[in-house]
Amino acid sequence: MLDFLARRIAISTVTFLLITLIVFTGVRMIPGDPARVLAGTDADEAGLQEIRVKYGLTDPIPVQYLRWLTLALQGDLGESIRTREPVVKTVAMKLPITMQLAAFALVIAIGIAIPAGIFSAIRRNTVWDLLANAVSLCGVSIPSFWLGIMLILFLSVRLHVLPASGFVSFLDDPLGNLQRMIMPAFVLGAALAAVLMRQTRNSMIEVLSANYIRTAYSKGLAERVVVFRHALRNGLIPIVTILGLQMGTLMGGAVVTEQIFVVPGFGRLIVEAVFTRDYPLVQGVVLITASAYVLINLLVDVSYSLMNPRIRVKGSADES
Amino acid sequence: MRKTVLMRGGYILLTLFAVLAFLIVPADAQSPKKTLVVALNQDPDILDPSLSRTYVGRIIYEHMCEKLYELDENLKIFPQLAAELPAFSDGGKTVTIKLRSGVKFNDGTPMNAEAVRYSLDRHINIKGSARRSELESVSAIEVVDPMMVRLRLKAPFSPILATLADRAGMPVSPTQAKKMDDKFGTAPICVGPWKFVERVPQDRIVLEKSEHYFDAGQARFDRIVFRIIADDNVRLANLRSGDIDMMHLVAPTDAASLKKEGRFDLSSVTGLHYNSITINLHNKNGKNTPPVDLGTPLANDPRVREALDLSIDREALNQVAWEGQYTPGCTPISPVSPFYDKGRKCPIRDVAKAKKLLADAGLAGGYAFELTVTNDPQQRRVGEIIQGMAQEAGFRITLRPTEFASMLKDDDSGRLQALVVGWSGRVDPDGNIHQFHTCGGSLNTTGACDKPIDDLLNKAREVSDQGQRITLYKEATDKMVLQRRNLLYLYHQNYIVAYPKNLKGYKAVPDGLIRLKGVSWN
Repeated sequence: MLDFLARRIAISTVTFLLITLIVFTGVRMIPGDPARVLAGTDADEAGLQEIRVKYGLTDPIPVQYLRWLTLALQGDLGESIRTREPVVKTVAMKLPITMQLAAFALVIAIGIAIPAGIFSAIRRNTVWDLLANAVSLCGVSIPSFWLGIMLILFLSVRLHVLPASGFVSFLDDPLGNLQRMIMPAFVLGAALAAVLMRQTRNSMIEVLSANYIRTAYSKGLAERVVVFRHALRNGLIPIVTILGLQMGTLMGGAVVTEQIFVVPGFGRLIVEAVFTRDYPLVQGVVLITASAYVLINLLVDVSYSLMNPRIRVKGSADES
Repeated sequence: MRKTVLMRGGYILLTLFAVLAFLIVPADAQSPKKTLVVALNQDPDILDPSLSRTYVGRIIYEHMCEKLYELDENLKIFPQLAAELPAFSDGGKTVTIKLRSGVKFNDGTPMNAEAVRYSLDRHINIKGSARRSELESVSAIEVVDPMMVRLRLKAPFSPILATLADRAGMPVSPTQAKKMDDKFGTAPICVGPWKFVERVPQDRIVLEKSEHYFDAGQARFDRIVFRIIADDNVRLANLRSGDIDMMHLVAPTDAASLKKEGRFDLSSVTGLHYNSITINLHNKNGKNTPPVDLGTPLANDPRVREALDLSIDREALNQVAWEGQYTPGCTPISPVSPFYDKGRKCPIRDVAKAKKLLADAGLAGGYAFELTVTNDPQQRRVGEIIQGMAQEAGFRITLRPTEFASMLKDDDSGRLQALVVGWSGRVDPDGNIHQFHTCGGSLNTTGACDKPIDDLLNKAREVSDQGQRITLYKEATDKMVLQRRNLLYLYHQNYIVAYPKNLKGYKAVPDGLIRLKGVSWN
């Protein structure tokens, strides 16, 4: 187990360093000068030069990269060119918001997808199965910005039952927080639910046709016992993988969802940062996202091996 | 054991539904409101008058950082923290400013001549100052008495008054500025009817009524919340749902339908802004490098540029691109400006003449060039309309939509043939013309350089008589838009603001900033 962990962590570290390198050079390759963007069309050359010098933008890129990485490893991500707030502080303010949104979306997605997928698998080729599939197809196909705007127009503008946008902290106002989070979380969760549901269905169908399930049935066990106690455990393994992979999609989806519902989270932060060429902010945000992504993948691998011991025991993978 | 799994599932579902039902209760009913929520389309940069550069930032300052001078609805400058308009003496090289008495900063410290001297000095000398170039003409700042400041100018510079009616004229609390240094923008303290409370980047800026303001009756809201909502549709949906009270920059395409709904008042005012086709004449190696012969008819032959100018129907452009909500124009000076030349007629579209000009230039077979536009739907539409109109005169325009920051960079570096670009506009015409049109001007990306034009524009800086300045700008404009044609001016943007009908007292000023002093819920 330790060996397995060490190997995974080593790979993760390399991935992580590569990402920082790509981002650092990538953001500088986009044409456009942060100082000039900050000034908009209203620029004067001397002032711009001062901004460039202040943020070390005149040094060669490798020098800038090493300086940044050294500081970053000490936990200092620099300060935003636009607001002059420390990047760490800005991220610390935004990250929990997107995490709450993602977690909420995940709960909604799982809450919809797993039961529907199981149901669909058990009642394969019935009307219910067809219906579930059709709904999931819609879920995948509907763009989230459209669904979001429609929800706002219906629930906020027409019915006035939910606020259209914004964010309040859960600690300040729990009800207000949930009221504002439910629509974005639903929009974000909907697309994920569709993907998850299809995976659950496929995986369950596969497991349900395995020999040990037939044995379980022939022992005279009730269907729900077979499904939940025997089939689901094995059926869930691919789902966890998918979930891990989908976390990236979830973060990407958060960019759009946060724009529509004006949630001041991570997604909006990065979009704005790129548009304003706020290099320190882009780098900081991507660094943290990449770390999260690498970490999640690591956790998925580990949770895998916890659910199915065969994965962590070398050479026994073919035992069944 | 078997049952528990299912039962647990059932409970979870039930709980979920209960939570949903609980959430879907009517959002809070309208209580007597003391707060006003204003939606802006962009997040301001740092809120330090010495350092900040963004347009939206000025909307925040209007409420918490007042200025020595202010503009009224007709762009007339009147004293705000100054007691009266400044006295110019010594041939325009000395400016004496008498201050309003009894004014306190929002930390309770007095606003006096020393504070103003400190602030102007900070504007000029702080590292990374965005005000230095605006105050370039100032050579010394002197305290005459506790309520009087004197500025010594290097040369007569009449735009100084307009400069002091913007961020360069904002006194900051010296106590706070000394304490916070370059972090002043995270907790700014100036003179204002409201004071800074908190800022959540990209989300909101909150102000609260000040207890120190000298004219407290003007602040009729306990709190003002500025929310940042970038997307036009989302901002509009939030206005309709009541999540925001006031929307800045309503899209022209939405203005008509919003008006029809009957719940909102719309205020539309022609701004100081202009939009133009900027044509590169001699810039190949970057702005302010020696002029280069680009070798293209567009750059070298004024007849080609005149043909392009004559192929455009500005009125139709305004109708199609902006639903007629903006204001067609053909000069850098907006019709709202006191410096506007009322006798000026914009060129009327004349395709036959345009064709003839092209033929005279030896381009009877047509002429192709590339026009860069910002990569957003509205500006692309403007580009497409120009493309269509110019085609009839024989121009084959290739449009190149480019993201804004990249476009500015390419323009500076001289990589573009022509681009559609705007300017937010300044009260004094100098700020809309001089730096774009003079040889070596800081924003002269077209590489244009003609001494007669420079002479006129420099002269207009020196004289302080308005009538004389109007004449000078008229002459310069004739040379720029009827002969040189390096910028073809197209239209002036209108600032459209929407708010519920029970909000009273809103007056629009052509700089497009929102001003909430004296505004109240009815």
